[in-house]
Formats: sequence, C-alpha cells, structure tokens
Amino acid sequence: MISQRSAGQTAGQSVRTVRYDLLKELAIAMVVSLILVLGLSIFLSSPDVPSVTIQSWAKADAVDVVTTANDELAGQSATALYGPPYNNGTDAVQSIGPISPQTWGGVHGNVDPPNDFVINPLKQAASNDAQLAGDVSAWQAASADQQGKWHDAYATALKDAKVTDGKVTVADGDYGPVPNMLGHLLQLAQTGALDGLLLSSDHFYQTDYSKPLLFMNDGGYVPTLADAQHLTGNQWGMMNETGLYPGQTWLWLYTLWYQIPPFNQVSYTDLLVVLMMVLLTTLLLLVPLIPGLRDIPRWVPIYRLIWRRYYAETKAPGR
Amino acid sequence: MKSDVRDESAGSWTAATRRQLERRLPWENLLPDRQPFWVGSWVYVFGVVTIAALAWVVLSGVVLAAFGPQWWHLSSVGRFFNSLHFWSVQVFFVFMVLHLWGQYFMASWREGRAPTWMIGVVTFAISIVTAFTGYLAQQNFAAQWIAMNAKDAINGTGVGGFFNVLNFGQMYGLHVMLLPIAIIALVFLHIVQVRMKGVVPPIGHEPEPAVTWDLRK
Repeated sequence: MISQRSAGQTAGQSVRTVRYDLLKELAIAMVVSLILVLGLSIFLSSPDVPSVTIQSWAKADAVDVVTTANDELAGQSATALYGPPYNNGTDAVQSIGPISPQTWGGVHGNVDPPNDFVINPLKQAASNDAQLAGDVSAWQAASADQQGKWHDAYATALKDAKVTDGKVTVADGDYGPVPNMLGHLLQLAQTGALDGLLLSSDHFYQTDYSKPLLFMNDGGYVPTLADAQHLTGNQWGMMNETGLYPGQTWLWLYTLWYQIPPFNQVSYTDLLVVLMMVLLTTLLLLVPLIPGLRDIPRWVPIYRLIWRRYYAETKAPGR
Repeated sequence: MKSDVRDESAGSWTAATRRQLERRLPWENLLPDRQPFWVGSWVYVFGVVTIAALAWVVLSGVVLAAFGPQWWHLSSVGRFFNSLHFWSVQVFFVFMVLHLWGQYFMASWREGRAPTWMIGVVTFAISIVTAFTGYLAQQNFAAQWIAMNAKDAINGTGVGGFFNVLNFGQMYGLHVMLLPIAIIALVFLHIVQVRMKGVVPPIGHEPEPAVTWDLRK
C-alpha cells in the first residue's frame, strides 16, 4: 500500500495510498446529476414569462405609453437625459470625484429619443396623412420654449386622462400638435407597428433591441410588472427569477450592497457596487498571497472534519 | 547515433514540449488509480459534480443553440431542454460554490497550488458572466427586465458601449460560443493543474514553510 510519489505526490514524500477510481467517480457524478436535473426539469419545468411588447404595453396602459412618448418627444425622458453610452445627457452619469469611467467610455449608439422614438416613426406613418405630417412639421418648427410649454401642459392633463376605445383623451388645453402626434404614435404602438419601427435600421436582420427596451424602460408599466414578480432592486431583484424559481442566486453578494447604506444612499450606487465587487473578487483571487486571509483555514478547524481520517490515524496536530 | 538524435531534438519546440509534458504530467499523475488515504471526504465530490453538471449544461446548451433561441418558447421539447439547461446551471453553481468553500477551508493553494486556486476563481467569475448573458438571451420578460436594470451598472463602468446588455445578438453570441469556450478551457487547465500537483495534503502534513507559488513543480 506504500507507494513512492504516487497519486501526484511531491517527490520524496512517502504516502499510504488507497484505490480511487476517478473516472468511475465522474461517471457516477454524471448519472446522479443527470437524474437530479431530469427530476427537477420534469416536475418543475423552467420559468418563461412572455416578453412585453410595445403593443402589449399600449393595449394594457395607453396613458402610460402616451405619457412616456410625451417625455421622449420633449427630450425629457430618462433615456433622453441619460448620458453615455447613449447620448450626451448627464442625469445617469455616475462618478466618484474625478473617477467617471462612464464619461471616459464615451457615446456609442447615439440614441436620440425625440427623433428615434417619436418623430421618425411618425414621419413614416405620415406618408399618407397630411394632417399628421403638418403636425410633425409644426412641432419641429416650434421653439424649444414653446415645445416645453406644450409638453408640460399635456403632461399635466395626462394625469387625468381617460381611455375610450383605446384612445387617450384629456381636458381641452393648449397642447399644440402634441395630442394628435402622440395619438397616432399610440395607434402605431397598438397595432404592433412601433415595435418594428424602433427596431429597424438600414439593415434587414436585427438583433439589437436597445431602442425598444430603452423606450419601454422609460415608462411605468414594465416596472409594475417587475414589482409583481419581485424583480425590482429593493426586492433583491438581480438574483431573482420570475415566479418561484431560483434565479442568479450567486449574485447575492452583488445584490446585497444595493440594500444597505452607504451604497443605496448615493447617486453613484452602481459604480460603487461594481468597484466593491471588483475589489472583493481580486481579494478572492489573491487569497493565497494575502496574510490573514490565507491563514483563516488554519484557525477554523473545518479542515479537521474534512481530513478527520488523517488526523485520527496520524495524531497530527494540524496548524 | 543516440547523441545525434539528442542533438537534433535539442532545438525542437515540439520535443521540448513533449519532454515538459512527460516530466510535469506523466500518465500516473494524469489518470492515477490510487490516492492518498486522506482523500475520503464528501468535499472531494463537489468538484467532480461541478464538472458533471457543466457537461449537462454544455450538452443541453448545444441542443438549444442548434434549434435557435426561439425554439424553446414554442416547443414542449424545447422547453424541456431549456429546463435541463436551467437546472443543470443551478446544480453547477451550487456545487461550484461548495467546491470553492471546501477548497478554501482546506487551504488548497498550499505547496505551489496558488495558480490552481486562481484559475478556479477566474473560472467562477467567468461562469457568472456566462450565466448572466444566458439570462439576457432568454428572450422573455426576465431577460428584458435584467437588461433594463443591468445596463446602469455596466454603463457606470464605462464598458456599456462595448458590452451592450440590450443587444440580444451580442449577448447570445457571447453566451453560446465565446464564454463557454473560455470556461471549458479554464476547467481543463484547472484539472490539469490539479493532476500535476496532486491533491493538497492535510494541513500540518506539508513541510514548512508552505510554498504557495512554485511553477517549477
């Protein structure tokens, strides 16, 4: 039973060895894990809550679509004010003092919500609609100050809006061309045309859903659905999954920081959390080289349980 | 004649590589049928179950990729394979974390095994990114919501213009090809390193001072 340099041991050591079939162990692990996975799959299936479309959003909450589009048109939505990498806004730019990697990364993609989300889709729809074409022209010809007044007045009116036969109606007021424009945009959304118009570019094949996702993200409908599925940030959402299924539970530490001060009390939460996780991951990587961290296993006697046979047979003291 | 052969192979990269492999990874180390007597804990099973689960992750993922990203939403067979993929990922992570903590409390980086530990940590980190891109590539509500939220963290780091979580095509490509290749390569390297060094001896068994970084062995 004694073998020299057996089982990958360092030369010079003499260690008693026992039979150990690695490939049989792997085969058994494959079978057992397959049985486990098959059982879970057969009895629990997997989560698949259908995706939200702009069409389904428009049918479920027309006022929210119009309110969101009103903000997009006036350049006052979250996306319009976001900043890099979408545009030159500043609202979502995170920095810690002079450290602002988001700014350093620059703008890529050039998302222009007034044109991308509202005006360009309407221009395509207005090819046979002189009234709509005139309204779009009127909006574009108006001063920024006038556009702002129309936006603000319509935003206020939308708080008491009513939906009749899928159309949004508000109290009379000076909203300029906005209600007609956004009424048409709502129609495009309800027919499903806006889903395609926001996705399309100069190419036939599409895989980049940045614009429709950003448009939906500016509304209030999707967060309501997410809240019902316990997916929002204050619900540890990043590690959750729809329904009662386990999600990315391995993100528990990442998600933890979003729940506690000072992380959840600053404007640069994401940046701070990411930096914290980079630091912790680096520490984990370098554990073998860091005094203290690498010594904890010697102080915590868990190893004596793992190698209890060794310590029972050799009476070795450990460390 | 013998010295001529030696001379001819002296400058050969191929021969040098073969000699290195023969010296550092002999067959009895690569596929040993015996282990030190202390190798008898369930902790040793965590790593191999992680590898087994990874195999099922990859195989179910290959089927899903072969039929395309929408198949599993439209077909009960596809849904079943998605379930296999989903649960094998869960098993993979559970056992990988158990393996990680087990190896931590065994201080498994001792006696020149630090690179093995580090490659394991890198594999863990890349596995998290791979799973993340998988959740983004689901093409359902969870994928939409995760993308909407994750963009702020990614953008905050300045890489949002290059790693766009709202771009399904980019996330899908990373998930089904580049990241799995990285994981498989790292796991292979991790296993080779384990086999080169052998299992770590119990604390107190190794000679002092414990060496944590010795690439010569």
